[in-house]
Amino acid sequence: MADIAKPAHGGGGDHDGETRRDFLFLAAGAVAAVGAASVAWPLIDSLNPAADVLALASTEADLSPVEVGQSLTVTWRGKPIFIRHRTDKEIEEARAVPLSELPDPETDQARVIKAPWLIMVGICTHLGCVPLGQKPGDPRGEFGGWFCPCHGSQYDTSGRIRKGPAPKNLVVPSYKFDTDTTITIG
Amino acid sequence: MAFQTKNPVIRWIEYRMPIFSFIDHSVGSGYPTPKNLNYWWNFGSLAGVALMIMIATGVLLAMQYTPHVDYAFRSVERIMRDVNYGWLIRYIHMNGASFFFIVVYIHIFRGLYYGSYKAPRELLWMLGLVILLLMMATAFMGYVLPWGQMSFWGATVITNLFSAIPVIGDSIVTWLWGGFSVANPTLNRFFALHYLLPFVILGVVVLHIWALHRFGSNNPLGIDVKGPQDTIPFAPYYTVKDYFGIGVFLIAFAVVIFYLPNYMGHTDNYIEANPLQTPPHIVPEWYFLPFYAMLRAITFNIGIPFTGVVLIEAKLGGVITMFGSILILFLLPWLDTSPVRSAKFRPLYKWFFWVLVADVVMLDYVGSQPPEGIWVPIGQVCTAYYFIHFLILMPLLGKLERPKPLPVSISEPVLKGSGPVGAAATAQPMEKA
Repeated sequence: MADIAKPAHGGGGDHDGETRRDFLFLAAGAVAAVGAASVAWPLIDSLNPAADVLALASTEADLSPVEVGQSLTVTWRGKPIFIRHRTDKEIEEARAVPLSELPDPETDQARVIKAPWLIMVGICTHLGCVPLGQKPGDPRGEFGGWFCPCHGSQYDTSGRIRKGPAPKNLVVPSYKFDTDTTITIG
Repeated sequence: MAFQTKNPVIRWIEYRMPIFSFIDHSVGSGYPTPKNLNYWWNFGSLAGVALMIMIATGVLLAMQYTPHVDYAFRSVERIMRDVNYGWLIRYIHMNGASFFFIVVYIHIFRGLYYGSYKAPRELLWMLGLVILLLMMATAFMGYVLPWGQMSFWGATVITNLFSAIPVIGDSIVTWLWGGFSVANPTLNRFFALHYLLPFVILGVVVLHIWALHRFGSNNPLGIDVKGPQDTIPFAPYYTVKDYFGIGVFLIAFAVVIFYLPNYMGHTDNYIEANPLQTPPHIVPEWYFLPFYAMLRAITFNIGIPFTGVVLIEAKLGGVITMFGSILILFLLPWLDTSPVRSAKFRPLYKWFFWVLVADVVMLDYVGSQPPEGIWVPIGQVCTAYYFIHFLILMPLLGKLERPKPLPVSISEPVLKGSGPVGAAATAQPMEKA
């Protein structure tokens, strides 16, 4: 560029080919680039979740009608939340597994607030399908938990991935017990 | 041949903006075309016709469709039942997507067989692949719009592919969705993009034709045009041949529209989307199945052997494999080391070409099957072969294969009525008489 600028300025070559025009050109270019980048961000960010989407209220769930061995599905932020009232056998099985056997090691204790109540986002961590296992007749897979029909991922009674393409355990959302039988998710 | 007319209106416009000579030069009598093109060369113009059909019917459908999760499914049913000829327009658009892909896939395999991607047409080939990628994005987003079960769960599975990207994957998926799941913001933006992308495709088609005209069409012999004696004007010789092809195409298209309109669809998509229930078997449309099979073929983590260190999780590996299957085609002009274009003169490649066709057809079938039992290893073998074909066989064949002697020119075998004379390497360009 400096080479091109030179003839136009005649004696501009005295300063290693740099000219006032080069400086102005670069400075203006830099300002334009920063300007373009700062306008680009609002345009890109407009596609992120809007305030009303973010403000979606947390979900409350009443656990009292759910007997031992039964499940309940509620919706939170458009996603299914699996609530399972686990049997003692299911809890035992989940706690008996050595962590070394798990693709995504996590203790059962770390995944629950109260041992009988397992509360998870019911979305397979592979590609987002809803696993089966909430209804009495559903297939539960080899580990007695949940089975994803899309690509065959199998989860155990703690919702941890045991077999199949999913990389992670079913996600435990943040929730708290308001009373002994009601929870607030989110 | 320069464009000439006596029509005063055309002359008046032409003098101020030479658009008529431009059209004549692009797809008219001013475009000299190799005189030996066979019917496989019909599919380029057929793809253009399919694009026009899709844009015309799509614009009409957009006037009746409502891109909102509460109304989308209902508005499509209204198009089918209440709008005058709505059923026809929708069936044309729905099956038009399938026919567009059939035509484009044949067009691509034509290029593979006759070596149309080789120098100096590399950029032409790459622009074609860009069109293919845009078509895939457009078709995927269009399929989401009726808001049926397959729409919703297809969108969920495909957008979740991006969550495989390390560190920023989840943020990207949230950004794509505009929320925390596929929902109304997602449907809105997919509709906007589905309307936009066909016009982007149109733009790239113009570039594709521009690049084509730099060196002209390849031909079944794969040898260069040596002079005017090897060509005939595109119009009327190939326009009339294209019209015949369009007639055949439209007959096949009409048979499907009127007698088998849902043959290539899935019944699940006539059930409204339910975010709480995944259909037992999610399958993409047939034209995505080979890629879907490759996505599912990677069921294992890739890491450093014997250390347990995982470099690429199975999920990311599948995504890389799927996108890689198309990206690898961009490198094909350089992976293929043979100087001979047409498979007619490549005794080994000819066979490997058909093995590749069989491999892709097999992948298409595997993609339609549940990912269990024998289909997993079959899918893995077919996926491996696909990459072996391009990464190992194509570079090796060019070195190992002994091509048959090439004809001296396109005219020579016809005019002399004799077989090939001499090898192309030593052939001199034919002097114009």
